[in-house]
Amino acid sequence: MQTDIFLYAVLTMGFLGAVFAAGLTIAARVFAVDTDPRVDDIEEVLPGANCGACGEPGCQSFAEGVVAGKVPVNGCPVGSADVAAQIARIMGQTEAATRERQIAHVLCRGNRENAVARSVYDGIPSCAGSQALGGGHKACPYGCLGLGDCVDICPFGAAVMGEDGLPQFDPDKCTGCGKCVEACPRNIVTLAGISKKHHIYCSAKLSAKEIRKVCSVGCIGCQRCVKACPEEAISMDGRLAVMDYEKCKNSGECVEVCPMNTIQSMEQKELVKK
Amino acid sequence: MALKTFKRGTVAPERKEATRNQAIQKSSVPEKVYLPLAEGPGEPAKPVVKKGDEVKAGQLLAEAQGNWGLPVRASISGTVEGIVERALVSGQSGKAIVIAAAGEESSPALEPLGEKIEDLDPAAIITRVQEAGILGMGGAAFPAHIKLAPPEGVTIDTVIINGAECEPYLTCDEKIMEEKPEEIVKGLQILMQATGAKEGIIGVKGHKKKALEGLEKAAEGLPAIRTCALADKYPQGAEKMLIDAILRRRVPKGGLPFQVGVVVNNVQTAVAVKEAVLDGQSLLKRVVTVTGSGVNEPKDIEVYVGTLAAEVVEMAGGLKEEAGKVVHGGPLMGISQHNLDFPLGKSTAGLLILSEEEAHLPREWECIRCARCVDNCPMFLNPISLANFSQFDRLEDMERFSIMECIECGTCSYICPAKKPLVQRIILGKGALRAAQRKNAGRD
Repeated sequence: MQTDIFLYAVLTMGFLGAVFAAGLTIAARVFAVDTDPRVDDIEEVLPGANCGACGEPGCQSFAEGVVAGKVPVNGCPVGSADVAAQIARIMGQTEAATRERQIAHVLCRGNRENAVARSVYDGIPSCAGSQALGGGHKACPYGCLGLGDCVDICPFGAAVMGEDGLPQFDPDKCTGCGKCVEACPRNIVTLAGISKKHHIYCSAKLSAKEIRKVCSVGCIGCQRCVKACPEEAISMDGRLAVMDYEKCKNSGECVEVCPMNTIQSMEQKELVKK
Repeated sequence: MALKTFKRGTVAPERKEATRNQAIQKSSVPEKVYLPLAEGPGEPAKPVVKKGDEVKAGQLLAEAQGNWGLPVRASISGTVEGIVERALVSGQSGKAIVIAAAGEESSPALEPLGEKIEDLDPAAIITRVQEAGILGMGGAAFPAHIKLAPPEGVTIDTVIINGAECEPYLTCDEKIMEEKPEEIVKGLQILMQATGAKEGIIGVKGHKKKALEGLEKAAEGLPAIRTCALADKYPQGAEKMLIDAILRRRVPKGGLPFQVGVVVNNVQTAVAVKEAVLDGQSLLKRVVTVTGSGVNEPKDIEVYVGTLAAEVVEMAGGLKEEAGKVVHGGPLMGISQHNLDFPLGKSTAGLLILSEEEAHLPREWECIRCARCVDNCPMFLNPISLANFSQFDRLEDMERFSIMECIECGTCSYICPAKKPLVQRIILGKGALRAAQRKNAGRD
């Protein structure tokens, strides 16, 4: 008696399984959609973060766009030159025009020690919040607020908030997608090619007198770097020295002459932090 | 009589004892005043004086620009020290005219419009209200002359004077109602004359007995004017809630009170209107409540517009050692300030100084889905969803949930058992949505 029940159950379920399997097999054959295998291949090569930095909604639509010829093979700003080369290979092109990988820099050195705070901010932990509440808790109206809107938005985990209250970007992880540039309420995050070594870490368009009151490492607009640069890559935007990365050839003269230590090499900046 | 009120909202402790039983104190003339060229939503005024000019109190310093603009008038007599860029309220910076005090107070700079209110020309009243630089003195800083001149074809049948003062701590409106009930009633009559309204109602919380009695006495023999006792609820003083409580009319979504035939003005605005029209006196002074546990002698002070907050706090006995936070306005809707280095404007109702202990914000916990914020929101919104949308930049969802309807009263943050900063996130979200809309408009 007992064995019969088991037998019936197994047979019924087995029969049902066989019928569905057959149905699915036939359906898969009859209703098969022809997809370009290259779409899947490209998607596999892509970083897969669906960050949207390329302008497409996600990595799959980017891959479809490449196959359809709407998007260039090197259109993914996040993938390295290697990714572009692989996509080019999948697409049958011999060589992809590559561009240098960009990484993010916060143009401010005003950490807790260097910059003056005008009040204690105890509200929502976001830079946008502090900025909205009376223009931020830092005395410098241009300086990094240090509450990490760029860190929160980074889809690659490349940004971390340093103990000194300034975000740090890991050059190995940063893909240059530019999300942090948009997220910063003070617009002080910028992208520069990974080969560029020297940066002007200040965004304050203040006079020397004003900047000395609020920060010990801010640009005072002395223009020594402008004169020192052999490539004429540095110009003045009002009272602030600004680097043109297109022209910069890493001579490093600007770092030498900066009296406020505003201009720093990347390695040097890391050292200062440690 | 049963107390009138609106649906939802909350009850907040009043904490008005410190200043409630003192008379309004007059401030001495400050050494310097800083008069911002723009206060409220209007365009900045255009200066007509220069450095070194001698000016008298009430004299025109800067001309109004555009329909919404207001002129700037000297609040004290003295010498113009220049037009400087300086820190204003809420850490904003802007241009302000500096006057160093000298000489005596002078007579009013404007001529009274007339003596009998019934004979006054409505258009002349509205022009005078703008000339005198009057704006919403309850805190919104909305230009008063704009309210009085609704679009064509709109009939205003009721003027409501807002004496609810639902923000805890603040007592300046209550003191004005106790000390100047006749002037408020006259101001209301002028506002009714200007708008053609048939009825004038003064809304006061029912437990402010002294104020109510005084106003009723002042309105005796005037059938068109009555008082209305309101329940002790927050935010009773928000104009949409006030209209709902008194007249049972609902301002449509995204609308203004004139759409339901109502103009709402603060009690101090009414006094300013009376002084401007009948006495020729511009808006040069206002009553500010300086209070909180961080200040030595809490009191209501009649200050000259443009006095620095630090000086006003000195008039109230100065800061206590434990002072930790400065709030411009009341505790629920007021904005924290970086310091006391800003001039008081015409819309500053209070300076609240909290101790460091009180200023500490509680830790934010997870939402427990109790829906108290939804149950208490006087605008029938869903605060927790709006706050979440704002946190994660979901602009379309914010718009779909009518984020712009939020009046930022702070009831949701106040009653949230998880201590979530709901209204703070909603305010940020409103800003983000407005910025996105501007960006889109620029693109089209």
